[in-house]
Amino acid sequence: MTDNREYADLDGLMSLMTGDEKHGPAATSTLDVLWVLYDRVLRVSPHTVADPDRDRFLLSKGHGPMAYYAVLARKGFVPRAWLSGFGTFDSPLGFHPDRTLVPGVEIGSGSLGHGLPLAVGTALGLKARGSGANTWVLVGDAELDEGSNHEAVAYAGAVGLAGLNVVVVDNRSARYGRPGRLEAGFANEGWSTAHVDGRDHEALFAAFTAPHPDRPHAVVAHVERKTD
Amino acid sequence: MESMRERFTATASQLLDEDPRVAVVLAVISSDRFTEAKKAHPDRVIDVGIREQLLIGVSGGLALAGLRPIAHTFASFLVERPFEQVKLDLDHQGVGAVLVSAGGSYDMASGGRTHQAPGDIALLDTLDGWTVHVPGHPDEAEALLRHAVADGDSRVYIRLSEQANRAALPVRPEGFQRLRSGAGGVVVAVGPLLDATLEAVEGLDVTVLYASTVRPFDAPTLRAEVRNAARSDVVLVEPYLAGTSVPYVAEALCDVPHRVLGVGTGREELRRYGTWQEHVAAHGLDAAGLRKRLAGFLR
Repeated sequence: MTDNREYADLDGLMSLMTGDEKHGPAATSTLDVLWVLYDRVLRVSPHTVADPDRDRFLLSKGHGPMAYYAVLARKGFVPRAWLSGFGTFDSPLGFHPDRTLVPGVEIGSGSLGHGLPLAVGTALGLKARGSGANTWVLVGDAELDEGSNHEAVAYAGAVGLAGLNVVVVDNRSARYGRPGRLEAGFANEGWSTAHVDGRDHEALFAAFTAPHPDRPHAVVAHVERKTD
Repeated sequence: MESMRERFTATASQLLDEDPRVAVVLAVISSDRFTEAKKAHPDRVIDVGIREQLLIGVSGGLALAGLRPIAHTFASFLVERPFEQVKLDLDHQGVGAVLVSAGGSYDMASGGRTHQAPGDIALLDTLDGWTVHVPGHPDEAEALLRHAVADGDSRVYIRLSEQANRAALPVRPEGFQRLRSGAGGVVVAVGPLLDATLEAVEGLDVTVLYASTVRPFDAPTLRAEVRNAARSDVVLVEPYLAGTSVPYVAEALCDVPHRVLGVGTGREELRRYGTWQEHVAAHGLDAAGLRKRLAGFLR
């Protein structure tokens, strides 16, 4: 179960990076999704970051990674002392994460539309190796406009890549978004889909753990509309 | 003669049998040649359809999961179209893959510009850490593929072509090999242009080096041969964009006064169809064309 004291620490950890005491929705759109995944879903810990059979979490939407770093720090993947250097020349924590610099970070991201195709390959590789590990990738709703994602969604659906899970953090920042468009896009390619309140931890947990034995799974997590 | 591409698909199929880390990633092209391998290794022969960004993204993901991917399609769709995926999904992730292209600069001459990729190696030269093999014969293609797959988690590009030399040479991934010595300059012949180069320099007093591996560029051998020659004149004969390796010659000879000529395919679009043999001649890369360029430059 979620430890509320741990979750309550995250805002303070983010403050080490941003200097702000409190954070608005734009800075934290991914926070609850990340927390539920790392707290209750992903089978990975600071001791298993090199285990070939760990679950993989790929942050594709690399922009605004403060929530990600805060969760990694709270769960012990990175030292808290790193947070205050965020974005500086000597810090391993950049405005976009680099997997070669940060323990527990599975991909370097920043350019949109790379995480989901990489996740397809990772899930295929784990399957080929006979591993039961799951692959998760977090994308933004606007990010899904990148065509590379469409290649990945269509292929993964066609081959029934059940080890693959996508969570779309939907803050309605896509230029030409329409209600229901994201879920319909995945469902149309044969995916299992769910849409939930991206702030509701129990609803997120239920959506993340819904069985999808023969197909990939997409969870659309709605959060407050991006205003900046 | 068996083509390099035919040898590649046969060898890659054997590698799938031999090494459980090997995966072959395709985007329809050559997929029919892996039908048997796909039956034997359904999880490690992956055809993503006509999706070349995914071709490279999946290769990067497979490498992240501990496999050794071999990705293959035509050069224009393997390097040029998904170039950001090559840069980010392989290089930036710090993972390796073996990219094997077919088609090269003009193999599908009748297909026109869309199927020609003379700039593939120049593009890869903007990235760090790529090994580039340009085999001149199917036997060399097989040896270099086997070497590449076994070469740790390195990033390797293998450029196959329809054009080939009459006989294979032993491959030396670590550097160039000297085929003849002379005092009037050093000619570096790359891959399938060796036969035409040797014919072109007949009677000229020059050293000829053969390169089936162009990256890393064998600067020590070039320096040594230039020092042995009476003239510090260097000619590169490359079956892709003219001058692609000239910066590497300049770096190798940065403290040696020298002249360098980069011969290869022209930058200008020919807008001609026909055969690859006609394109070789049109770019001046047949023996007669090379003879003219070399004799004029070497004096």
